[in-house]
Amino acid sequence: MIIRRQPEIPSSEITPEGVYLNRRTFVKKAAAAGVIGSALGPAALAGQSPRQEFHPRFETLQSELDEHLNTYEEITTYNNFYEFGTRKSDPAENSDAFRPRPWKVEIGGLVDRPGEYELDDLLSGITMEDRVYRLRCVEAWSMVIPWYGFPMSALINKVQPQPSAKYIEMKTIVRPEEMPGQRFPILDWPYIEGLRMDEAMHPLTILATGVYGVDLPNQNGAPLRLVVPWKYGFKGVKSIQSIRFVEEMPLNTWQVQNSNEYGFFANVNPNVSHPRWSQARETRLPGFRKDFETMMFNGYTDQVQHLYAGMDLARWK
Amino acid sequence: MNQKRAVLSLKVALWVCALAPGAYLVSGFFTGSLGVNPVEKLTLWTGMTALILLTVSLAVTPVRRLTGWNPVIRLRRPLGLFAFFYASAHFVIWFAFYNVLDFGYMWDDIMERRFVTAGMAAFIVMVPLAATSTQWAIRKLKKRWGILHRGAYVAGILGVVHYFWLVKADTRLPWVFALILAVLLAFRLPALRSKRGGRPRASKSDAESAAQAN
Repeated sequence: MIIRRQPEIPSSEITPEGVYLNRRTFVKKAAAAGVIGSALGPAALAGQSPRQEFHPRFETLQSELDEHLNTYEEITTYNNFYEFGTRKSDPAENSDAFRPRPWKVEIGGLVDRPGEYELDDLLSGITMEDRVYRLRCVEAWSMVIPWYGFPMSALINKVQPQPSAKYIEMKTIVRPEEMPGQRFPILDWPYIEGLRMDEAMHPLTILATGVYGVDLPNQNGAPLRLVVPWKYGFKGVKSIQSIRFVEEMPLNTWQVQNSNEYGFFANVNPNVSHPRWSQARETRLPGFRKDFETMMFNGYTDQVQHLYAGMDLARWK
Repeated sequence: MNQKRAVLSLKVALWVCALAPGAYLVSGFFTGSLGVNPVEKLTLWTGMTALILLTVSLAVTPVRRLTGWNPVIRLRRPLGLFAFFYASAHFVIWFAFYNVLDFGYMWDDIMERRFVTAGMAAFIVMVPLAATSTQWAIRKLKKRWGILHRGAYVAGILGVVHYFWLVKADTRLPWVFALILAVLLAFRLPALRSKRGGRPRASKSDAESAAQAN
């Protein structure tokens, strides 16, 4: 886990995204072509219009296992978000009409401070930080992503759950007029995910509001999404509209859809196959070959295995 | 003469349409424009193209019956062979990238995952069909050729089953293929059942006229 707190960034230090992305692409291409070192860099970049601004810290930021970050473009053009369509390119292509602001989050259930909160009120006083996590999709591909967000425990402590609350249920907003995928009953909308309270309180569990230090784009779950790095990606419910504290284990959407294939816990586990494909290996994008050995708990075993002591992980999928 | 020209233009159109996805994928692969997960795109597109071409090839005979325009049969062989071509590419990509050229992985995949089993079965069914697509084979096999090539329906059904079993939730497109295939099959069923083949009075069998046309 890499945590960096950098709330104040002088604008002079910010690299335009276009330059940043192109520099990476250039470096990759140069490496591929066997070209080493070059004054070509800036010249090759001339004429590119910057789209977004990134802080230079991302040029050196890596995961704790020294993995390179996936590019902003990779992260934001290839993902699952069925609310915008079932192809990986659909979220980026079909989410322009979505309005992530103003945003309210409904906090309810077994909690002392329920209510409909303005997102900004909910986040006030909470410090944002970078978190570089591997994201392992249940479909056996993975990326390394610099999320920007805060530990979910900070929010939980703020709203004060009651002792009887054992689980948290989170829902994605339903707006078929802005989310074309919701116009078809492909999944049982709204998308629902849940965590056990100790999982939600775990320091690795974050609510993300951004990626690469900038606000989440619509396709990645703006304005607020869950990230639980030791679980398959589908646990990371996006565009969260409701957070409820409950006593019973919630039924999450994919479990409802197909309980043979998806469970509540969805911990990354190379030893337990999805019924339709092996989970032993994954394709680390943008690679071509499915030859990356999947790690137990996605590489976060030391931090999280105590949560599941005594549990049969083959049974509790 | 007019008819010859019509068949020729249809064939040219077929070649262009059938080669277009391949050209797009090959050029995209080398220019790096297939997106973040090019292998997934290659896999989806080759599989989809194979299934579309196979379905269209199965529609040739019904179209011929309905329109009474016999020369259309000459499109059937290239359609079938192009379908096999894309199915082969689909297979090779899967073996090379998903199973990293490891026969053990491949075997496990086939045995353990029913969508792979169905897809592999569809491909295996297509191999003898492609191998016996020559005029020589048609003449040699005579009536048995027609029986053998009913396998195209088997491959189509297995292909659609493969598609159903691999999608996670969105079954809309598999249903489209299933319905089209059901209609085509329903159209042929009386013919497949009757001994005479239920064909309209034609002096030559489908296979013979197809062979002569080429």
